[in-house]
Amino acid sequence: MARRGLPEINAGSMADIAFLLLIFFLVTTTMDVDKGLLRKLPPPVDEPQNEDIKIKQRNILEILINANDQLLVESDYIQVTQLREKAKEFIVNPRDREDMPEKEAKDIPGVGNVMVSKQVVSLQNDRGTSYGMYIKVQNELIAAYNEVRDEESKKRFGKVFKDLNEDQQKIIKEIYPQRISEAEPKNIGTK
Amino acid sequence: MSKFKKNKSGEQPAISTASLPDIVFMLLFFFMVTTVMREQDLLVKVSPPEATEAEKIDRKDLVSYIYIGSPIEKLKATYGSAPRIQLNDQFATKEQIAEYVEVERQKINEAERPLITFSLKVDKDCEMGVVTDVKQELRKAQALKINYSSRKTDKIK
Repeated sequence: MARRGLPEINAGSMADIAFLLLIFFLVTTTMDVDKGLLRKLPPPVDEPQNEDIKIKQRNILEILINANDQLLVESDYIQVTQLREKAKEFIVNPRDREDMPEKEAKDIPGVGNVMVSKQVVSLQNDRGTSYGMYIKVQNELIAAYNEVRDEESKKRFGKVFKDLNEDQQKIIKEIYPQRISEAEPKNIGTK
Repeated sequence: MSKFKKNKSGEQPAISTASLPDIVFMLLFFFMVTTVMREQDLLVKVSPPEATEAEKIDRKDLVSYIYIGSPIEKLKATYGSAPRIQLNDQFATKEQIAEYVEVERQKINEAERPLITFSLKVDKDCEMGVVTDVKQELRKAQALKINYSSRKTDKIK
């Protein structure tokens, strides 16, 4: 009697139990990972400022979207697909044009003096603008910044921006800060 | 003396199902790991816009959601089709956002409170008016980190 081992447990119903659990998870599962465009809102201002902060016209890329989802960039009517190139040219200003942002020498720890552009992208939409269009424009602007940063990263460190270490990323961010300012929307064309 | 015994009855041998539990367990673990329990029922229809630059949100526990869109088919008769805001599992007005922000903040431990992100899940056909109102309310409530929830694509149409 003492030599007899434990009787083997019948594992035949294991599959049934596993199936039961499997079906439960199949039903409850939703496969969406939350992705999106991360943005930061400006802090609230108590009183409307009377003193306008003066920024030279050449340093601002003015983008307007109307209620019909049409895009006006620096008084030109363009398509969303053209926006990225336009924004990139504005941010970098490769040929130092007179009507594009001015640059200023800035001492950045780690790399020394760098010409940093004073660019600001200003975005204004109408209350009737569709959200889809708004996101498209935001996306193109972020894409423009990302591409500019990638190019700069490759030039300086030989890697794309997201492969850089934290300090290097900080340097690139200092050279091309993301400045997207959103003006209070107009209310002209609400449907 | 044949080495291979012929199946005399001529019947097909039964397929062994011994590895069935293994396969099922494999699937089970896959779904267990990837599963995200749905937190609330949606009262508004949200089909997020597409974006190429969408990033993953890395701290899911610090994210609270605000849904904006027109009510789902079932509720259109009662609530109409104008875009509405949904907080938790009911419709809300924009005045309730400040309160919602405060409640969500309390749920997070104090050290991480400034990191709280509000994810706006907005329907792409929705007008910006409502979204702007919500953004203004969030600003007033000092909830400045936001995320425009969107689907990641390779190319924008």
